[in-house]
Amino acid sequence: MSAALLSIEHLSAISEREGGASILRDVSLSVAPGEVHGLVGESGAGKSTVARAILGMLPRAVRVTSGAIILSGTELLTLEPKRRRSLLGAHVALIPQDPLSALNPSRRIEAQLTDGLRMWKGCSAAEARRRALALLDEVQMREPERVMRLYPHELSGGMRQRVLIAAAFALEPRLVIADEPTTALDVTVQKQILRLIRDMQLRHDTGALFVTHDLGVVAQICDRVTLLFGGRIMEQGPTADLLLRPQHPYTRALVAASPRYDRPEDGLAPVPEAVMARCRQEIAAFDRGLHG
Amino acid sequence: MTTALNRVAMMVVTLFGVTVVVFVLLRVAPGDPVAMMIGPGASAADILALRVRYGLDGSLLTQFIIWLKALLGGDFGTSISFHRNALALIAERLPATLELAVVALGVALLLGFTLAVAGTLAQRRIGEVAVDSLTGLMLAVPDFVWALALVLLFGVALPLFPLSGRIDPSLGGTFRTPFYLLESLVTGQAAAARDVAAHLVMPVLALALPLSAIVARVLKGALAEAMVQDYVLLARVKGMSEWRLVTREALRNAVGPTLALTGVQFTFLLGGTVIVERIFAYPGLGNMAIEAVINRDLPLVQGIVLVFGALFIVTNLLVDLAIAALNPRLRHG
Amino acid sequence: MADANLAVPRPVGRPAAHPGPRRWPALLRDPKLMFGGGFILFLVLLAIFAPVVAPHDPLEQDLMAATLPPWGFAEADPAHLLGTDDLGRDVLSRLIFGTRVALTVAAVAALVAATAGTLLGLLAGYFGGWVDAAVSRLVEIWMAFPAVLLSILIVAVLGSGLTSVIVAIAVIDWTRFARVIRADTMAQAQADYVTAARTLGFGRWTILFREILPNVMPGLIALLALEMGIAVVVEAILSFVGLSVSSDTPTWGGMIASGRQIIYQAWWVFAAPLAAVFLTVLAFNQVGDGLRRLLDPVLRR
Repeated sequence: MSAALLSIEHLSAISEREGGASILRDVSLSVAPGEVHGLVGESGAGKSTVARAILGMLPRAVRVTSGAIILSGTELLTLEPKRRRSLLGAHVALIPQDPLSALNPSRRIEAQLTDGLRMWKGCSAAEARRRALALLDEVQMREPERVMRLYPHELSGGMRQRVLIAAAFALEPRLVIADEPTTALDVTVQKQILRLIRDMQLRHDTGALFVTHDLGVVAQICDRVTLLFGGRIMEQGPTADLLLRPQHPYTRALVAASPRYDRPEDGLAPVPEAVMARCRQEIAAFDRGLHG
Repeated sequence: MTTALNRVAMMVVTLFGVTVVVFVLLRVAPGDPVAMMIGPGASAADILALRVRYGLDGSLLTQFIIWLKALLGGDFGTSISFHRNALALIAERLPATLELAVVALGVALLLGFTLAVAGTLAQRRIGEVAVDSLTGLMLAVPDFVWALALVLLFGVALPLFPLSGRIDPSLGGTFRTPFYLLESLVTGQAAAARDVAAHLVMPVLALALPLSAIVARVLKGALAEAMVQDYVLLARVKGMSEWRLVTREALRNAVGPTLALTGVQFTFLLGGTVIVERIFAYPGLGNMAIEAVINRDLPLVQGIVLVFGALFIVTNLLVDLAIAALNPRLRHG
Repeated sequence: MADANLAVPRPVGRPAAHPGPRRWPALLRDPKLMFGGGFILFLVLLAIFAPVVAPHDPLEQDLMAATLPPWGFAEADPAHLLGTDDLGRDVLSRLIFGTRVALTVAAVAALVAATAGTLLGLLAGYFGGWVDAAVSRLVEIWMAFPAVLLSILIVAVLGSGLTSVIVAIAVIDWTRFARVIRADTMAQAQADYVTAARTLGFGRWTILFREILPNVMPGLIALLALEMGIAVVVEAILSFVGLSVSSDTPTWGGMIASGRQIIYQAWWVFAAPLAAVFLTVLAFNQVGDGLRRLLDPVLRR
């Protein structure tokens, strides 16, 4: 585990709004450099809570009760906010879910691509511009010169997501958190974008935490997978093992329900109620162990 | 293009409606303005002569048509109380009112933006409560009451600023244009500029306080909406400070709705100059308007109201243009 | 969406129009309503019992006791808590009697403006078409006038007096109601319960007054409270300009205007009625704000 880029250890969190209900239950996972770790679960399973906890952007009502988040040897949760902000700013990037709302509608692409470079790398305007052009080229954007001058609403959804990927890799981050980056795109564009993220991640040797609810996406891009249900890890392991030899009944039910991993789904496939009941029992047993 | 033409047509209708309302209101008024002018000793012939001179002898409709024709030809008639061309009188007074209103708008925007940004930065802490309470108070109390409260505070309790007028008489008379503040600033007459500014403080504050509260409220709401957008989240991940998040990322997207509302509210501010000028004996259009109403000076009242109507319309047009210029979506089609 | 299986269409998702009895405690828990409402109730009692409460006759002059400062200052007379004006009249008593004009104008003018504005707003919002075009144009013409100038103009034309003041306020401020009620009505006309009522065969007027009006009521009531505050100020403005009721009747605006003349000799003659106007406007505002929150079915949740 010492080689891990990101390591989350026994993370538990509660929501104060729901009367102290647990929303993360002893979650541990690690991401190595150059590895894509899939974080899978239905909505409300806690996958975005994990992502937001890393970024230090949990909603006010959510409180981490125990555990640690270690990025390249530095514990983030106890870090003073200002230092955490600069550490995260320089080394962690986010590829957001909705490319439409993730670009500022009133700023040109150039400004949005270069501000991080100027802030963290101390680039001059010309240098930042040169690098931004190279990045747009790298994400296979046609006519990068022209795109730099445009506003977000003048780009298609796929182009916007390419800009966001370019922005994410601009600072050579060690870790990229991708929050369902293809959900808002149509099917043909999804595949191109997934391949692009994989290419960029391999080329830059960046670790990635890939949040998704789509086993098809997992099969295509992830090296390892963590499957969450109700804030609790149901199963964790290399992608091939998890998809081909699932151990947990929940995993088995999911895999059985989505026979073709390459087919993008709108959500996790429906799981038999008996399996869901078993998962809930497991969580209840965990909570009893916690309080007993 | 059609919408632009449509708007212009609407404006003409509005302006025409304004004329009709004023005309009807004043012509049906009991009391004879001419009799008031020349006093009890005048003969019937004298009164008739005056009536003819001021076009008051025909039927209401003919009077209106005569007046409208003259108006379209740029003739606003002759002021009954000043015995001078109404348009010339208005032109003399309008710059003072414009200076007052524009400075008040600037102060309101500055104050409103400051409060909104401060309230946003102080999210959910005591600072935000303070900003909200302050804007609530500024909004609840209208300009008239603020003006009087300022008279008490800065005129009597802490006599920092002059209570009335536009400039100290000993400094006046040296101006070549009616824009005293602008001229004294441009020509570098420091003493005169300071004096004009001191005279402006109280009327400007009275007008600006309620408007700045509205600006602050709307802008703060729009900022709150922008601050939860993904692009702000992304910028936050990039490690931008809260100050930069608010001013660089959120602010530009939040000004659109704020500007739209400020436009309408600025027309209310223009209307507010009438009573505020009266309170501070500021020699602007509004002060003259009240005088004209009390003296039943029909040509002058009509002219002034028309000018206010035109200002209202022009303001709305300017706001539309400003919004279009600020929104890249509209700018690039 | 209405359930297709229902034999009779019924109002679906219709917001509750009338606050039920169990919501009254919420009214008492809202500090804005408590303070604002309490202050206005206090003013109403003062106005009703003015002759009993006031320590002096508000018109009684005593030049020997002119410009006495309020209680607590040197040379103050304990018989005149808020001092006396330049004619030796008791400021507190004039203030108390002034609530009568202020509250009468507030209540009557706001109600008249609300009735006219609401009616036009309902018609414009529900019928649309040329009705809406006509009302909207009229509102725009009205807004092109500086409100203060128009009110002064109206009182100048009608002649001074309480009725003129009320007419002036109503004639100017109906637009506030028309604008808001028009927008509200447009929104309500799209709601499912209106469609349901229409399928049941109710007439247009029945729908407008029995279905839509109760649902725009919450906004209307809050606006009414705000308008009462505005009416108090407009009355003060007209008195200040010298156009309100006769000088025999004590009014806050009249007191402010005469106090302004002697502000350096006797600031309290100016400050006392100003404070009264300030607090009254604030109180009506708080009540309006509180009511809006209390009655708005969306904000309530």
